[in-house]
Amino acid sequence: MSRVPLPTPASTPARLPLLALLLLLPLLLIWPVDRASAGLFNAETFRLDNGMEVVVIPDHRAPVVVHMVWYRLGSADEPVGRSGVAHFLEHLLFKGTDKIAPGDFSKIVAANGGRDNAFTSLDYTGYFQTIARDRLELVMEMEADRMVNLRLDENDVATERDVVLEERRQRTDSTPQGQFGEQARAALFLQHPYGRPVIGWQEEIEKLSLEDAMAFYKRYYAPNNAILIVAGDITAADLKPLAEKYYGVIPANPDTVVEPLPLEPPHRAARRVLHSDPRVAVTSWQRQYLADSIGWGERSRSAPLNFLSEILGGGSTSRLYRALVVDQGIAVSAGAWYSGVSRGPGNFGLYATPAPDTDVAAVEAAMDAALAEIIANGVTEAELERARTGLLADAIYARDSLFTGARIFGNALTAGATVDDVESWPDRVRAVTSEDVVEAARAVFRMERSVTAILSPEEKS
Amino acid sequence: MSFHLAGLHRAAVAGLTLCLGLAVLQGPVQAQAADSDIIEVVSDRGVVAWLKQEPSIPMIAVSAIWRDGGAVSDPAALTGRANLVSGLLDEGAGDLDSQAFQQRLDDLAVRLSFDAGRDSFSLSLQTLTANAAEAFRLTGQALTSPRFDDEPVERIRRQILTGIARSAQDPNSIAGRLFSSLAYGDDPYGRPVEGTLETVAAIGPDDLRDFVAQRLARNNLIIGVVGDVSPEALKDLLDAAFGSLPERAVPLGLGDVSMQPERGLTVSDFPTSQTSFIFGLPGLKRDDPDYDAARVMNHMLGGGGFSSLLTEEVREKRGLTYGIYSYLRPSDRDGLWLGGLSTSNDRAAEAWQVLRETIREYAETGPDAERLANAKANMNGAFPLRLTSNKGIAGLLVALQRYDLGKDYVARRPELINAVTIDDVKRVARRILDLDGMLAVAVGQPVGLATGQ
Repeated sequence: MSRVPLPTPASTPARLPLLALLLLLPLLLIWPVDRASAGLFNAETFRLDNGMEVVVIPDHRAPVVVHMVWYRLGSADEPVGRSGVAHFLEHLLFKGTDKIAPGDFSKIVAANGGRDNAFTSLDYTGYFQTIARDRLELVMEMEADRMVNLRLDENDVATERDVVLEERRQRTDSTPQGQFGEQARAALFLQHPYGRPVIGWQEEIEKLSLEDAMAFYKRYYAPNNAILIVAGDITAADLKPLAEKYYGVIPANPDTVVEPLPLEPPHRAARRVLHSDPRVAVTSWQRQYLADSIGWGERSRSAPLNFLSEILGGGSTSRLYRALVVDQGIAVSAGAWYSGVSRGPGNFGLYATPAPDTDVAAVEAAMDAALAEIIANGVTEAELERARTGLLADAIYARDSLFTGARIFGNALTAGATVDDVESWPDRVRAVTSEDVVEAARAVFRMERSVTAILSPEEKS
Repeated sequence: MSFHLAGLHRAAVAGLTLCLGLAVLQGPVQAQAADSDIIEVVSDRGVVAWLKQEPSIPMIAVSAIWRDGGAVSDPAALTGRANLVSGLLDEGAGDLDSQAFQQRLDDLAVRLSFDAGRDSFSLSLQTLTANAAEAFRLTGQALTSPRFDDEPVERIRRQILTGIARSAQDPNSIAGRLFSSLAYGDDPYGRPVEGTLETVAAIGPDDLRDFVAQRLARNNLIIGVVGDVSPEALKDLLDAAFGSLPERAVPLGLGDVSMQPERGLTVSDFPTSQTSFIFGLPGLKRDDPDYDAARVMNHMLGGGGFSSLLTEEVREKRGLTYGIYSYLRPSDRDGLWLGGLSTSNDRAAEAWQVLRETIREYAETGPDAERLANAKANMNGAFPLRLTSNKGIAGLLVALQRYDLGKDYVARRPELINAVTIDDVKRVARRILDLDGMLAVAVGQPVGLATGQ
């Protein structure tokens, strides 16, 4: 590491498990995922008769494809008391069907020279394989099969539940940062399911049953609730007959209806989370605000909020780093993030690690001063253009990875955006003015919609 | 980006290996990158780079390493020096102070970063084609006239010290450091790449300048370039970035090294619900004639994700862990076979026993023919998948040169893998998988396990 990895407090624990995701993570950390460019991906899209959406992202550099199926449901759609069932079901989808013996799915992919995995988030559950172009049909057939033909037994469920409990320990409970992030996130919401951890609360994971998983599966896994995304050495014309052959034959399920997310009532009081743990060596400070997103509040603030995040906290030329770390020397790291690709509320975050012997209150005061400054005096043209250049370049660099492109579209579509929205992102970036950025800052930086969270070694009073 | 965008993943495979600090060369290659696609470019001043042209995206990706420029070059009292330099080369050079240099990179959307591994010091550069001339010129400034002004030196030092303090509270980091220290003792390989609180505090500006003058030369430099650039245009770019480096690095004079003879299990108490294990045995260097056989052997045991034996036995059948893995780690002066897992404290003894039994049985009986065939198919098929990006291929071009594999390695690799027989796998399994010689650390509060077991 050339720099100390100081993760943004709200991000996943630094060590994400899969190599592919490790490679992707820097992109996700730096680039909000709705960045793409008009004509940049040249994605094509169509819909099957049963309602399944299809997106094709052609890239002919290598005879390889990334094949993904995204379901429009995530942890936010879980019944009360069953937190973690979406992610648990994702694990169980590898357990077999009438055609595929338990555990064989990944082995078949591997024996054909491919790699596979799956992921779950608030708004979506996704499955993917990266494989040679000439094996695409094989994985399409297997993925279509497990969309509706999953077979589970009690033993599978019990063993995999233990695996998920170990995953939770590894991800969340083995470090104070993991638990801290979970507590802060939970405090940001009054009743919205985004406040629940995607992996679930341990006490609820322990009680998840085969029936819970199957009920969730039967209700939500259907072509009319799914998106097929293929990136790589293929065109829409070539993919369409295959998509019809394997996915098009699965009947739509009229009972598959994803309910709207519960509303989040108005926030009237700023919250503070003071989390202490004797294992903590270095105090961390963060603040999160509810923020406009694709599906919540004013969607048009999404691009200006990306600028705001860049200008305030996007690296070592940003205002926060410059003020707190370089000029005042009261923090060893400081930055910001914006997450706005979601059905429900997005969040805008600020973080800092106080310098040794510096009172965390001084860091918080400097943060507040930086926010007040941007609202009072706006941003400079140089800042605006630097952010614009970075955002537009990111869109080009994003094309270097098949996986990133596919993930950008899946993420955007499950949040309620369209393929055109993704492709026209550069136009929206070009249109942002300094007034837009200040307006977004005023709208988002409201203490009553925030959580300020401090992780420290000792008890705070 | 916030938690939910990263999402949760089903598999834990390779991630934890990073805690020991060195990426594993699994030899990824782009399938149809025939050797004719790789061009050796020699600049007017004699800088050599391997180039693969890729005009479809208007960008250029550069990967470069300096051999013997990693932490192995740190004097013991200055452990962490290479790492500190890696954080400072983009913090001001020539006429540009830290802020001006960073702004210049941002204004042009140039992504320039440096990294110190154990053996090598590395550079990663991505630039839009339109800004290539300035990107390479700035890179040259960073390499030949870094300023090391007080402000950035102290700031980056503080960041590193904070990171060290934080990682001392992370069970996986603790396990990684403990393992290296037990494996190599006082040798440079036994020391942490980032250094310690004491040694990082002791590094002065002259030490940083010594590093640049002695380590960042031309005769130990290896470069790979992929992107939208012609060989002719690349020559000038190479000279701008690397043409002014000194001709020769000061020799390190370090010979090979081996794991310490004292092995066994060491338990380190740490208050958490899970125990993190790292285990290892002497492995192979990259030029060992058995290297390909060992790679196939390891793929079946713990390197093949869901198709590996350790995942089957420890995770799939018993639910003892979210992820278990093993890998070969060849380095310049030694080779290791390493693995790891995390499991809850109350099941740690069971996981440890299943792990050992699985390895023992595999070492005794070897794989069956079907497992071997599947492993080869996976290794050959998955090989090109990892190289669908310019950045990834640039890294490959460096690896091909570093290990002297040749431009035709891409074409040869399937034959090398396919030539491995069951007898080869059994032989190399017996050679490596000697449980009595295993070194392991367990960080946590494992029930029923103690040091020496």
